[in-house]
Order: sequence, then C-alpha cells, then structure tokens
Amino acid sequence: MNTIAKPNDFSAYPDAHGRFGDYGGLYVPEILMPLVKELGEAYAAAKADEGFQAELGGFLKHYVGRPSPLYFAERLTAHFGGAKIYLKREELNHTGAHKINNCMGQILLAMRMGKTRIIAETGAGQHGVATATVCARFGLPCVVYMGAVDVERQAPNVLRMNLLGAEVRPVTSGAATLKDAMNEAMRDWATNVHDTYYLIGTAAGPHPYPAMVRDFQAVIGIEAKAQMLEAEGRLPDAVVACVGGGSNAIGIFHPFLDDESVKLFGVEAAGHGMDTDQHAAAINGGRPGVLHGNKTYLLQDRDGQILEAHSISAGLDYPGIGPEHSWLHDVGRATYLTCTDDEALEALQLCTRLEGIIPALESSHALARLDEVTRAVGKDGLVVLNLSGRGDKDLATVAAHLGRKI
Amino acid sequence: MTVSRIEARFARLKAEGRAAFVPYIMAGDPDAATALKILKGLPAAGADLIEVGFPFSDPMAEGPPIQRAALRALAAGTTLDTVLDTIRQFREGDQETPIILMGYLNIVLNRGFKAFATDAAAAGVDGLIVVDCPPEEAGPMADALDAAGVALIRLATPTTDDARLKVVTARTSGFVYYVSVAGVTGVKEADAAAVAPAVARVRAASGLPVAVGFGIRTPERAAAVARVADAVVVGSALVDEIADAIAQNRDAGAKVLETAGALAKSVRSARVSRD
Ligand SMILES: Cc1ncc(COP(=O)(O)O)c(C=O)c1O
Repeated sequence: MNTIAKPNDFSAYPDAHGRFGDYGGLYVPEILMPLVKELGEAYAAAKADEGFQAELGGFLKHYVGRPSPLYFAERLTAHFGGAKIYLKREELNHTGAHKINNCMGQILLAMRMGKTRIIAETGAGQHGVATATVCARFGLPCVVYMGAVDVERQAPNVLRMNLLGAEVRPVTSGAATLKDAMNEAMRDWATNVHDTYYLIGTAAGPHPYPAMVRDFQAVIGIEAKAQMLEAEGRLPDAVVACVGGGSNAIGIFHPFLDDESVKLFGVEAAGHGMDTDQHAAAINGGRPGVLHGNKTYLLQDRDGQILEAHSISAGLDYPGIGPEHSWLHDVGRATYLTCTDDEALEALQLCTRLEGIIPALESSHALARLDEVTRAVGKDGLVVLNLSGRGDKDLATVAAHLGRKI
Repeated sequence: MTVSRIEARFARLKAEGRAAFVPYIMAGDPDAATALKILKGLPAAGADLIEVGFPFSDPMAEGPPIQRAALRALAAGTTLDTVLDTIRQFREGDQETPIILMGYLNIVLNRGFKAFATDAAAAGVDGLIVVDCPPEEAGPMADALDAAGVALIRLATPTTDDARLKVVTARTSGFVYYVSVAGVTGVKEADAAAVAPAVARVRAASGLPVAVGFGIRTPERAAAVARVADAVVVGSALVDEIADAIAQNRDAGAKVLETAGALAKSVRSARVSRD
C-alpha cells in the first residue's frame, strides 16, 4: 500500500524510516546496519550545519563551476515548433556531468566522519571518474569497482581513474556489469567496516543514500527554478530528465515537486525496444522488489531473480531505479517515458547540429522525448531539460553505430 | 509444530553435551538431483541441522564460493518451487533433522510473505534466514512466519553492539546465527578466541542457542568454535568441494559428504561435556 501524499506534500519524503510510500527503506545485511545508521545520523547533522553547507557551496562554485547556465535553446525550440526549450547545462561541470555534485557532498561528509578510504561502483565510469576526482583533490585513497565487461568497454575512463590515482577493480562475478560492481562494493564495505566510506553514485541504495544523493543533486533544480524565474518571470510548465538510477532527474525534479503546475517527465532507457527483453526501464518494464538496500521497481524474472539491463548508454544500464521515482510514479506526480537506443542516437546528433552541444547518450534519452513533452505543455509553454552530461565519452559508441572508425 | 524440531534437536545436543554441526549447501547446486542426494546423505554424515541456500542472482553478503554456487544452481534451472520440492523429498525420509532456508529477501517478497511461509512450512522447512532483511523491515514477514510456525532466525555480527543486540534478538526463535567475521562468506577465517565472548553475549541477550558461521573452513577451526558455540556452520568449504569435483569430473555428492563427515567428526569430538 502506498501512502497517497496530500497536495503540496510531495517534497516531505522520505519518512523517518527512509520510506517514500512503500519504497526505499533499509535492506542490508546486519553487519552493515550500524554503519548505515551512523551514516544517516552523520548526514542529518551535516545537513543542518551551516558550516558544512558553506564549505560545500564554496567547492561547488570554485571547483565544480556552479551555477551551471540555464540556456535558451533557440534552434531546438524552432525545430520542435512549440514550447520554449531551456537546457540546464550540467555538462559544463568539472568532469562533464552532474555526478560531481553528489561526489563533492559525500566526500566532505566522509571526511567529517573521519573515514580514510573511499570505495565506489561505476558502470560507464562517469561516477568512478567523479569519485576519483574528489579523492585526488582531498588526498584520499580510492577503490572503484567496475564490471569486467565495462572495464573493456570504457577503457578511456579506466585510464582517467588511474591517472587520478584510483585503483579500478574489475568485477567478474555475476554478469560483470554495474549491478555486480554494486554488489562487490557492498561486500568491500562489509569487510572494511571501520575505515571505509561507500560513495554511491545515484539516488538509490539503503536509506539515507536516496535522500542524501537527491539533496546533493537538488542544487540543479534550485538553480533552474531561480534562473527560470529570472528569465521568464514564471515557473516552467515541464521538466524532463533521463533516468538511470535517477539522481540527475530527482535533483532537478525535487525543488518542483510541490509546484503541481510543473509536469515532471523522467525518461527510461528502452534499449532495443520495450517489446524486447533488452532494455533498462525499471518502471515501464519491471515491478517492485528489493535489491541493493532498497525497495523499488526492478527488472526481474518470475521467480524474483534480477535481470540484466541493456542500454546503449552505460549510465542508464541498471535494472533498478531510485525509490523516490517509484513512489512519484505510483502517486502520479511524475510521468516515466521511454526512449530506445536508436532514438537516443538520433537525438544526440540533432542537439549537436542544432545547438553545437554534444550531449551524453544518457541525456540524449531526455532530448529524444522533447517532441512529446513540448506538445504536452502547448505552444506558450516553458520546458527545462536537464542536460546531465557531455557526449565526449560516448564518441566511440557513436562512431561504431555510424559505421565510422576512430 | 515445526519450530519444535529445532528445539528438540538443541535439547538433545545439550543432553549429549556437544555442539551441533550445521552444513550449508545450495539447493540445486550443481543440479537438483545431486543436491537432493547430498541433502539426504548429510544426516548420516553427521549433520545435526542443515542450512539450505536458495539462490539469488545478487547475493551481496556472499564471497566467491557461494556466489558461484548460486550461479550454478540458477544455470541448472533452480527456482523457489524446485528448492521446496527438494526439501519435501528430503522430509519423506527424515522427520527429525531441522532444515533452515537461507537466502535473500527479493525471492521471499516475490512469492509473498504468507504464501512463502505456508509453502515452506508445508515442504518441511523449520526456519528461515533472510540475509538482507534487518529486524526494522521484517515485521510483516515475521508475522507470516509466526502464523505458519517457521522460525525467523536472526544474524548478529561483530558490529552488533549491546543496544542493537536487543533489537536483533527480539521476535527471534530457534537459535541466533553469529556471523564471526566482518565481511562476506568464505573469505576471512574466524578467530575462535574472539568468538567466545561474542557467543556468550549473544546467548545472554537472546536466551537461545548460538550458531557460529561465516569463517570456518577446516576441521581444526570447527573444533575450536565447537568448544564455545552451540552450533558450527560450514558453508563455503563444502560448496567449494562441489566446484572442485566438477572441475575434476568427479562425483560432487561423494566429495561433499566425505568432507562433511570429517567436519562433523571433529565437531563431535571437540567437547565431551559442558556443564
Ligand atoms: C551524463 C549522465 N547522465 C545520467 C546518468 C544516469 O544516472 P542518474 O540517473 O543517476 O542521473 C549518468 C550515469 O552515469 C550519466 O553519466
């Protein structure tokens, strides 16, 4: 049963148990329970501490390069011929994506907690690079778990992490991709309980991670709201973002949750198509279950075994989704659309040619749904799209699909 | 009631003045027929209780041996129904050896707590350990298991302090499973000296027998732990025998039972009596 939120109460979650309605919670082996609880307390204290927030704000401004611009995409707007389209330029952040907002917050928290060793999981390597970056900046040792298959597919990011001083451990268990990397990071954490901080890269995992990562990413939505009010004198009519684990989407959605005139659209990866079993759309193609510490929509078989996800974009290639999205879907506050590999590739090229911005394949999933989203808000509408990352990392994938050698 | 099968077994062990030997095997590993053969052979090899793993695709508290066992079982087509079938067939020939299922929450949740509890009880299951379901999240599952007479067995660990031990041991029955190492199964070795005070602490807090597992591979280590605990669980070392037997093209069942026999012998001879 899901608690149906009162109007204008959507942003008040999670509850004291870390639940968004029936989703979220704290499902970890007993060995980790005291650690996760300690983390929850430490985060609550940091959140309320102005000194912590000021320190974080300073690093976001001077190191990450915030605020990121809210840019009126004139030619995309003309192309779709309807609502005005604004791009929230997260791809201009240091390391080229929104991931660093969360990493900066968590590394400051880890140091505040006296932790001396950082571990992380990564799929495409974007979160791994962002984690390795902040570890280099603050001089902390860093171990990144990455599926052996992904280590092969994403060699440039492996080199980046190594240059930044991180140790990349290829994970060969299971299917050797992101979910297995996450399992392995949990195992490391359970083994090194005293000194290690697990820096999760998306708004999923046991409480407090979904809420904490969301809070660190909410800077995106807070800025976008103020920037839109400045540019247009009113709120947008729709906000759209791609959804892997869901951190860039919840980051831009959250400050708008209680503004019910603002429609929220998340875009899941449909891979080869929703009529195949090769996709990564947990909400559109899965059902609720428990994995990696939280209850949420998951791709799973009849018996409850977790299925491998597929997406052309490694950052969306995960069989689950953050629990707050599951809840927003169930209560109807946000709408979750899908986008296939081919549609994302086309959208990447469209944005590149019309705006001179090469978007990440992940963000291209959101771009691909602009037609529907602009139509949903009408000609006078205002749309904000979260351009979560830049596409330089995806050039090899794009080249392969275009039949080009690089 | 099925719970009493666990109680009866521990009462008898207490009278005999010795600890229990509790082997862990994965249902369906390497296939349903071999796993059933192993299961049927374990009581004669000296098993006092048996833990039966049900496979999950993402076993986050498991080290490589049990991870691989789960993958072998899944590759062989193991489902919750085939697991319960194996137990049902075991029960046809053995009414006394308690069977404890051990696995991950998503499989239980997927069946539904009520249906899982009823189906498990009907198959002859006595207890359930769900690795990734802490007491805070276990309410509805505990209700369903209570109603079906299946014991919910809890894990205590080196990170469980006295305050938390109260939470962990509330609403538990049968015995408490003490995880003797910080980490996953089958990697680190348990330190018997550190285990003794922990077992005493858990026993005092719960008033239940305490089983120790997660870092016991050899007969020597099993004997050392048997001197201080009420039960000794060995999993990865047995499961590894299956992997080895497959690699060497030998009879997996025979190898596992031989190793189980050696471990049982050393547990049985560890302690003649404890007052
Ligand atoms: C650019 C970019 N966007 C989106 C994502 C998906 O993650 P999330 O859904 O947490 O924002 C990733 C993940 O690697 C990414 O690199």
